[in-house]
Amino acid sequence: MTRALGWLAALGLLAGLVAGFGYAPREAVQGNVQRIMYLHVPSVLTAYLAFGLVLLGSIAYLATRRPGWDRLAGSAAEIGVLFTGLTIVSGSIWGKPTWGTWWTWDARLTSTAVLFCVYVGYLLLRSLIDDPEARGRYAAVVGILGAVNIPIVHFSVKWWRALHQPSTILGPEPSPIDPAIGLALFVNWLAFTLLFAYFLSRRIEIARLEEQT
Amino acid sequence: MTYARRAWIIFYKDLLVERRSKEQTNALLFFCLLLLFLFQFALGPDRDRLAAALPGLLWLGFILAGLLGLGRSFLAERENDCWEGLRLTPGDKSAIYLGKLAGNCVLMTAVEIVLVVLFGVFYNVDLWTPAAPLALVLALGTIGLAAVGTLFAAMTTQVRARELLFPVLLLPVQVPLLLATVSATQALLLGQPLADVAHWLKLLAGADAVYVTIGLLTFEFVLEG
Repeated sequence: MTRALGWLAALGLLAGLVAGFGYAPREAVQGNVQRIMYLHVPSVLTAYLAFGLVLLGSIAYLATRRPGWDRLAGSAAEIGVLFTGLTIVSGSIWGKPTWGTWWTWDARLTSTAVLFCVYVGYLLLRSLIDDPEARGRYAAVVGILGAVNIPIVHFSVKWWRALHQPSTILGPEPSPIDPAIGLALFVNWLAFTLLFAYFLSRRIEIARLEEQT
Repeated sequence: MTYARRAWIIFYKDLLVERRSKEQTNALLFFCLLLLFLFQFALGPDRDRLAAALPGLLWLGFILAGLLGLGRSFLAERENDCWEGLRLTPGDKSAIYLGKLAGNCVLMTAVEIVLVVLFGVFYNVDLWTPAAPLALVLALGTIGLAAVGTLFAAMTTQVRARELLFPVLLLPVQVPLLLATVSATQALLLGQPLADVAHWLKLLAGADAVYVTIGLLTFEFVLEG
């Protein structure tokens, strides 16, 4: 089952590459650089999915105390941090040629960076507790608080930037989006979600084996 | 015993211990004084630059003091099996959280008042004119800081590398509070009316409500360990 999922994800990524580089047209303003979007946007969507699962797993663990929920939360957080990192790195690489800078304290960039830090802290907490039961409880509390905090971070960062300068630099994406570009994006998103599901099931399996020893 | 009474007992006990030992207050106040010196050395004597950086420095000072002060709030409970005593307390465990939170708020407020006065004296800023709205921002920021700090302190007290883990967990979560309080403080120091920072105050109040609620709901799970 997991293996099939893995092959499916690999196939999806291959289709995503073809769609992103072959099928989708060159973007009018940015040229080929824009194609990094097919990595960037699916990454961030996958990260949000992962953190949503962390919240779900955390609440369910506190309610039921089944270790499976904690394994789900911990595994999803790890993969979520990975994809948030990918988002930030790919965004930086995209930002350099289009905005002329690797990093700017733009609202979205800042809130993504904060998100990254919150969940790195979450993983750090997990790594420092040996007792699986206590680890599950503490991590769940941080997981819930971190997720609930996301909208607060979002608004604070938005207003913080709005007070200083209008967000003129935010991605000059074509809008309305070209159907071919939209389709390529969709294929890549699907591939990333499959990849995420594969990672998740593998990671949960590892977590289960770790607890057995 | 009612819920409020149980919270009050924890609150009273914490304040009594602190009043008798003065363990934290003295060290924290001295720490604040040192922070003022450090900020001055780091930024140089230029008054304009200091004035521009003041709101940020002020809140950075509060947060650093909070990291030290809040992080210790459950340390005393580890001795003499106090933790077991807390766990054996009958009734809703969130009363303990509420009492601890109130105690931490008082401690933080005391430190903040001293820090603000010292800032006014050393950096020659007029903090008197916007004193009332500033106090509101201070109070809202303190509740939010203490709400998450108390919860995380209870957690990290049980964990190794506690001194390191506590700030690493707390700081990212506190980013919205820092942004809101610093922006509001800046506007108020520039003489803008309270209405101009209303959106920040609303955000702070909302964040406080969320943090305290989460703390009340999840504290019993933290106390178990």
